Amino acid sequence: MANLKDHLGRPVVAVTGIGVVTSLGIGKADNWAALTSGQSGIHPITRFPIDHLNTQMAGTVDFLESSSKGAAALTYELAESAAREAIEEAGFNEDDFGGPLFLASPPVELDWHDRLALFEAADEETSNNRVLSAARRLNSPEVFESTQFGSIADRLAETFGTTGLPITLSTACASGATAIQLGVEAIRRGECERALAIGADGSATAEALIRFSLLSALSTNSGPPSKASKPFSKDRDGFVLAEGSAALVLESLESALARGAEVLGILRGCGEKSDDFHRTRSKPDGSPAIGAVKAALADAGLSEDEIGYVNAHGTSTPENDKMEYLSLSTVFGERIKSIPVSSNKSMIGHTLSAAGAIEAAFSLMTMREGVIPPTINYDNPDPAIDLDVVPNVKRVAQVNTVLSNSFGFGGQNTCLVMAREPV
Amino acid sequence: MAPRDVVITGIGLVSSLGEGNDAHWEKLTAEDPASTVNSERFPPYSIHPLPEIDWSLQIPKRGDLRQMETWQRLGTYAAGLALDDAGLKGDEALCSTMDLVVAAGGGERDGNVDMAILEASTQRKDFDVLLNEKLTTELRPTLFLAQLSNLLAGNISIVHKVTGSSRTFMGEEGAGVSAVETAAARIRSGQSTHMLVGGAFQTDHPDMLLTYELNGYLLRGPWQPVWQRQKSEGGGVVTGSGGAFLVLESREHAEQRGRKIYASIGPVASGRARRSRGELASALSELLDKVAVPSGPVLAISGASGAHAATEAEKALIDGNDALAKRAFSSRTGHLKEAQFPFAIALAALAIDRGAAYPSFDADSEKPFTGKPQAALATAVGYHQFEGMALVTAPA
Repeated sequence: MANLKDHLGRPVVAVTGIGVVTSLGIGKADNWAALTSGQSGIHPITRFPIDHLNTQMAGTVDFLESSSKGAAALTYELAESAAREAIEEAGFNEDDFGGPLFLASPPVELDWHDRLALFEAADEETSNNRVLSAARRLNSPEVFESTQFGSIADRLAETFGTTGLPITLSTACASGATAIQLGVEAIRRGECERALAIGADGSATAEALIRFSLLSALSTNSGPPSKASKPFSKDRDGFVLAEGSAALVLESLESALARGAEVLGILRGCGEKSDDFHRTRSKPDGSPAIGAVKAALADAGLSEDEIGYVNAHGTSTPENDKMEYLSLSTVFGERIKSIPVSSNKSMIGHTLSAAGAIEAAFSLMTMREGVIPPTINYDNPDPAIDLDVVPNVKRVAQVNTVLSNSFGFGGQNTCLVMAREPV
Repeated sequence: MAPRDVVITGIGLVSSLGEGNDAHWEKLTAEDPASTVNSERFPPYSIHPLPEIDWSLQIPKRGDLRQMETWQRLGTYAAGLALDDAGLKGDEALCSTMDLVVAAGGGERDGNVDMAILEASTQRKDFDVLLNEKLTTELRPTLFLAQLSNLLAGNISIVHKVTGSSRTFMGEEGAGVSAVETAAARIRSGQSTHMLVGGAFQTDHPDMLLTYELNGYLLRGPWQPVWQRQKSEGGGVVTGSGGAFLVLESREHAEQRGRKIYASIGPVASGRARRSRGELASALSELLDKVAVPSGPVLAISGASGAHAATEAEKALIDGNDALAKRAFSSRTGHLKEAQFPFAIALAALAIDRGAAYPSFDADSEKPFTGKPQAALATAVGYHQFEGMALVTAPA
């Protein structure tokens, strides 16, 4: 009989449903097949013109109905699709989930095409308030809602019957992990028996790409798009902007066992530590990331020796991969050379607000399937990063525990520790 | 009294009324206060803009200031005031273990770049190409960092060294409600001992008004107090710039370091009423039941925005309860969006601490409250969605 309380006397949190959408496809099965065969979802950008852009590839999700309808609509559809898969797998009613919602999603903004439409509809000839002057006559609930930060979660809450005030959050590129952490904490506090944690990001607009580009964060690789994201390689030159979503149904182990649900994995621990060094760069000694990993291990009640695989943040930027190696080698010491560490982003790119959730989903599948997805495009190893990155080809291995890292602009560092089985 | 009661030990306020607790108390208790409404900047709309602020008092490094637009400065400034007030500013040990929850929207766009693009569009047929051309050459590279929602929290970490953990909630008033509710729950459960929680809103930018007016929520024409906008032209909301941050601690943590306690935070209740099905009134009534207002006269610090449906429902609920005396602070400050609920809690705590109620902000709609408030209700009913209430009580 599994323990229903953890090492600190808190309810153990299980995962009973998983849903995923990435540029590789819709649903866990398609994604897993592509991911384990080393397939890249990165492709030339077709959503908007690429004139004047230094980066011309992305991992956009182009095959949904909302793919051309703007960031808010696509983010919603991504979230809905993943949530539906997860809730169905968990066996709850699709319109009466009965637990709170935690949504990691990108900050919203009026779409440029809507802004242009307002400008053209205005009477005033010239004025900085010209766009504003046309606003109230637009009479479009859709456009209004696309500018409200709480609206995507509100719609999801309505669709799935989640309880209470849904929380929409951003911790930049750590958001997906934070959504899961919030769900875990709510269950541990005894506020609910289950929670829906979603990370969704459909915000790959031209302006988003340009903003990251101006910060020199993106790969400008002009070769085949599928080769652009190359975490831990010597010639890595930035991340590849991407979209996607994942949803986890989190549930107290007690509740999952009582209703005979299949336990897909255990959310053992969450840790975070923020960095006060710089808006985009990490403290040179890596102490905040180190602190986040250690906090997650402590929260999980595990020692460094008990981690079997690291699902890296591994963005493919020169800075991140170097700093991530520094923090991992500091925490795990010499043993880091023998722990497999791979980056899903080599194939799906950096899905920003969704990344932490998608990578948690893949981490759980790694344990269940006994297969570690590779780090592809690892043709030119960085000698300064001495890791077993599971190069280019998947590896069959029994994995019992995973550490998943998420680091973001604004000094955000969040780590999750997951286990295959309850103890 | 329990060791993990949630207590308020620091308050940081900025609004059109000024900065700091004394300035706010003075202006809000003045008999005949000067209005801070500005109706010239964005006619036909009115706003409550910020007064002159010497940002360097809380953000000493010029390099930090340059990286922020007004919204982030405002939040970082208010957070600094709260830390100062709680005696935590510069306390490296306590700041490095302090947990941060920020309620945030987004930062200001560069209006000049946007306007240049829109104006150029009249001469071009390839708008998307024009967009690439202009954005790649005219956007200031670091402006993105002044816009990202979580970078208010990021700046608070950088400037004030608050680095335990950092989470940013989005979603208008509801984000502020969830931020306070989650912070209180973390303290009560022992997940945290001391937290910094709050938000800021800078309204003095056409885009910030746009997000209300796309659904016709703003008051047009002559200014009126919050409760009297039902028949006025437009949607009833007058916005303001401001920020509110609170230092929350477990009672035990605050007492161990011998800090003054302003007030305790009792039950916090939140909800998502299905308003289109007419459920707002009953949902608000349930929230009021959940916060368990004590018997006897209770001051109600209302975050009512003036938005017609939401304000009418809140007014009906409060007026239907003889014990409650409402005060809608947005009649003085304007609607502070994400900061609305933290601001309401702060004003409730101040009234309890100073042992007096605010006089009516609108004598026609708000009844007198005499005596010393032992408890105050704080509310934020979203202009469009989400609702929250909390009970703030005397420290012991």
